[in-house]
Amino acid sequence: MTLTPEEWIAVRLSLKVATVASLTSLPLAIAAAYALARGRFPGRAVLDGFLHLPLVLPPVVTGYVLLLTFGRRGPVGSALESCCGIVFSFRWTGAALAAAVMAFPLMVRAIRLSIEAIDIRLEQAASTLGANRAFVFMTVTLPLALPGVVAGLILAFAKALGEFGATITFVSAIPGETQTVSAAIYAYTQVPGGEAGALRLSVVAISIALLAVIASELLTRRVLGSGRLT
Amino acid sequence: MIEVAFQHRQGDFTLDVSFRSTAQLIALFGPSGSGKTTVLNVIAGLVQPREARVIAAGRVLTDTNASVFVPPHRRRIGYVFQEGRLFPHLTVRQNLSYGRFFTPHAKRFNEPDEIIELLGLRALVDRRPGYLSGGEKQRVAIGRALLASPCLLLMDEPLASLDEARKAETLPYIERLRDEFAIPMVYVTHSRPEIEQLRAEVVWIEDGQAVAR
Repeated sequence: MTLTPEEWIAVRLSLKVATVASLTSLPLAIAAAYALARGRFPGRAVLDGFLHLPLVLPPVVTGYVLLLTFGRRGPVGSALESCCGIVFSFRWTGAALAAAVMAFPLMVRAIRLSIEAIDIRLEQAASTLGANRAFVFMTVTLPLALPGVVAGLILAFAKALGEFGATITFVSAIPGETQTVSAAIYAYTQVPGGEAGALRLSVVAISIALLAVIASELLTRRVLGSGRLT
Repeated sequence: MIEVAFQHRQGDFTLDVSFRSTAQLIALFGPSGSGKTTVLNVIAGLVQPREARVIAAGRVLTDTNASVFVPPHRRRIGYVFQEGRLFPHLTVRQNLSYGRFFTPHAKRFNEPDEIIELLGLRALVDRRPGYLSGGEKQRVAIGRALLASPCLLLMDEPLASLDEARKAETLPYIERLRDEFAIPMVYVTHSRPEIEQLRAEVVWIEDGQAVAR
């Protein structure tokens, strides 16, 4: 089974989009997870609901909202273009943004659960030893939440890899720029004689997803092994 | 000198505690569930009652009338918890040095090696807390609190989770602490023999009320 050059481009693009999407949203996801797990502030429930929206909305709606806000004429999109030259619409960066937004709830959820599982009394102990909140977070909370952070990162990567609806609505499917593996498979199924291509790319998608899950499992076990709790 | 006065509601139970002492070792003594641990938490700043006044080592740490509340990480109060609360992802050595990192050089009055000797931890320094016995964990917890060079040391039934043999083995370390450092200590217990062996001044706590003896 060999891929055509166009198919290789789609595979590489998908990997790039998913990697950038999951890595750039990680710090934000950790902050959101920490705020939801430990914070007590008004509007916490609203924030929680808002972060979960991409999980329950039709992906087309998420993509359309992204188009309205981050498109060239959208309020955020036009501001970013005029101030920093950042353009999302019909670029691979837009595909990464769509993938990041869609994967965000999954990542936050995994990290939040692992933070909630940490005994708050360990954080209190650290504070009596002189550590302020930032130090408690960096030296106690984050290291103990590491398995959840790794799991969330890989879950988000896999989700970003497969994202289709929001991406195609927001940035369309331009070969070489925004046509990811999912979009390419869909395009193959729409033309006569495309079955072989669709099958080839599906095998690739399945292999990458499987590798991601196995990697997550191994990494989590390694992290847990080195910091074995009582 | 330590002065503690506060009122704190916990469910349908009101804790009304007030005592002042110049003793080096004060024992909070009373039956389980009488609120002894809450007194320590108020002194450490982990619990913030609506009305409270805490003065220790010459500093006003909490005074609700004057809106004073020093956060726990700036109190320089060592706290040995009943359950140890060692950091599971750090080795014994890293646990011991944790608080020392946050203590300015000028305020440090002990060295890790000295504490490791004093508490007999030499053979354990590279282990993780998960591989320690109950008595070893408590000694590491005591060492960790001491190495932050605290102005006051709180101990919450540090021997309660240990069997008789481990108690007998750990108590002498606490006596050495009392004799070798001049740190005032507040020690929670419901064991009379411990108080007698440690020659502590007793504050009796019962039904949420403090009575000095």
